[in-house]
Amino acid sequence: MSLTSDDWRPSASLEVLKLRARMLERIRAFFAARGVLEVETPVLSSAAATDPALASLTTRYTGPLFPRGQVLYPHTSPEFPMKRLLAAGAGSIYQICKVFRDGEAGRLHNPEFTMLEWYRVGFDHFALMDEAAALIAEALVGGRALGAPEKLTYREAFERHCGLDPHTADSVALAAVVQAKAIAVRGDPAREAADTLRDLLLTHVIEPQLGRGRVTLLYDYPASQAALARIRPGDPPVAQRFEIYLEGIELANGFHELNDATEQRARFERDLAKRKERGLPAVPMDEWLLEALAHGLPDCAGVALGLDRLVMIAAGVASIQEVLPFPIERA
Amino acid sequence: MATYNTNEFRAGLKVMLDGDPAAIVENEFVKPGKGQAFSRVRIRNLKTGRTIERTFKSGETIEAADVADVELQYLYNDGEFWHFMNPESYEQLAADKATVGDNAKWLKEQDVCIITLWNGVPLVVEPPNTVTLKVVETDPGVRGDTSGGGGKPATLETGAVVRVPLFIQIGETIKVNTRTGEYVSRA
Repeated sequence: MSLTSDDWRPSASLEVLKLRARMLERIRAFFAARGVLEVETPVLSSAAATDPALASLTTRYTGPLFPRGQVLYPHTSPEFPMKRLLAAGAGSIYQICKVFRDGEAGRLHNPEFTMLEWYRVGFDHFALMDEAAALIAEALVGGRALGAPEKLTYREAFERHCGLDPHTADSVALAAVVQAKAIAVRGDPAREAADTLRDLLLTHVIEPQLGRGRVTLLYDYPASQAALARIRPGDPPVAQRFEIYLEGIELANGFHELNDATEQRARFERDLAKRKERGLPAVPMDEWLLEALAHGLPDCAGVALGLDRLVMIAAGVASIQEVLPFPIERA
Repeated sequence: MATYNTNEFRAGLKVMLDGDPAAIVENEFVKPGKGQAFSRVRIRNLKTGRTIERTFKSGETIEAADVADVELQYLYNDGEFWHFMNPESYEQLAADKATVGDNAKWLKEQDVCIITLWNGVPLVVEPPNTVTLKVVETDPGVRGDTSGGGGKPATLETGAVVRVPLFIQIGETIKVNTRTGEYVSRA
């Protein structure tokens, strides 16, 4: 990396940093008015996210308690300890914290970024979608007004923009759309997994169309992409998961939270098997979370929102580097 | 065989794409909320000059292209090849018509050009941004063609035709921008 004389300066303007501070104030007021408790949970954890699409950083503590040293993972989201608080009876809670992801840098990504994550006891994902849209509107107060939020199922989005049903289409059918949309990949796309092709179409074709002038809430994901969401049985079964888009940018991901410890352990184990298959590092699963779920997680929905991207939209800038004082290349 | 993985992608990186040398113009990291990450790349084929889009899954690799830019002095054209020389080593290289292409009309003996080499063979010849060339033919009348905003066509010693102001006469030398093909000033 070449250092020029200006690299010590922030890459975000002071105006944008003030806008960010005002947005944080409004978000805290929004939750205070609703009686949602602000919490802080550890950044460092002895367990890590098992999701094969998430790579954790690692660090090490050595000293009293761990004289021979202990590997710790900076969290990719505060989800697991927040669920332990929910199981312990904390009620609805929110947190604003830095989270960390290895391997992610670009116009919309920085390896450390600010997450706003909240859980609402007694809400399902539909109630939380409404609250999240209200929070976004509140955070953008003073900027331009948004139209009424749009709710769109994953299937409707694919039917509208790709002309197929993503739940029943196989790799051959998905690959035909990939080619029709002039997306060039290495080799024959029909040989890729259906989930890879769905992700390809979602990111390249559908996402840029979502959230134009209003929040789009995309929901009812394929069960294979449930992550930590409940699965609603049916034909096809769908994950009670949603994502929020604004101006073509993915802002948030939410779940009607899975609270079945046995199912959660099975998903962790499936993730770990996939990691092994792909040659990714094995990581310890969070046994405390599993104990908490076994004790009993109240019926709740939760959502995690990338705050830097919301600041980007409020400021009308094109890259995350313009809203972070010091992105990774200046950190 | 050297390779680059998607983490190494950046603008300017020279790679092999479908058997041709190519340069990455732009690389965008794309990832859905949960799921597969991609590198969405705009990439220019250095043989044809065409820019296309290509998407790689994160972690995929691509073969590196042995491509380098060298500064060489243009010597002469023998009717088939354009000959260049390294002014320090006196080593000579010849480029064919397909390589030189339209830029032939800007090549003047002694001028230093940037030659892109692929496996040691010239791939692209870039003339200097500005060249100084003599006018060998133009309408002598000061009135000239007044319909085109006051300019007139002039043929230069290399065969290039550019629009020049009316006051430019045969035998004068002028500066021309080779990227736009436009007259800059009297030399």
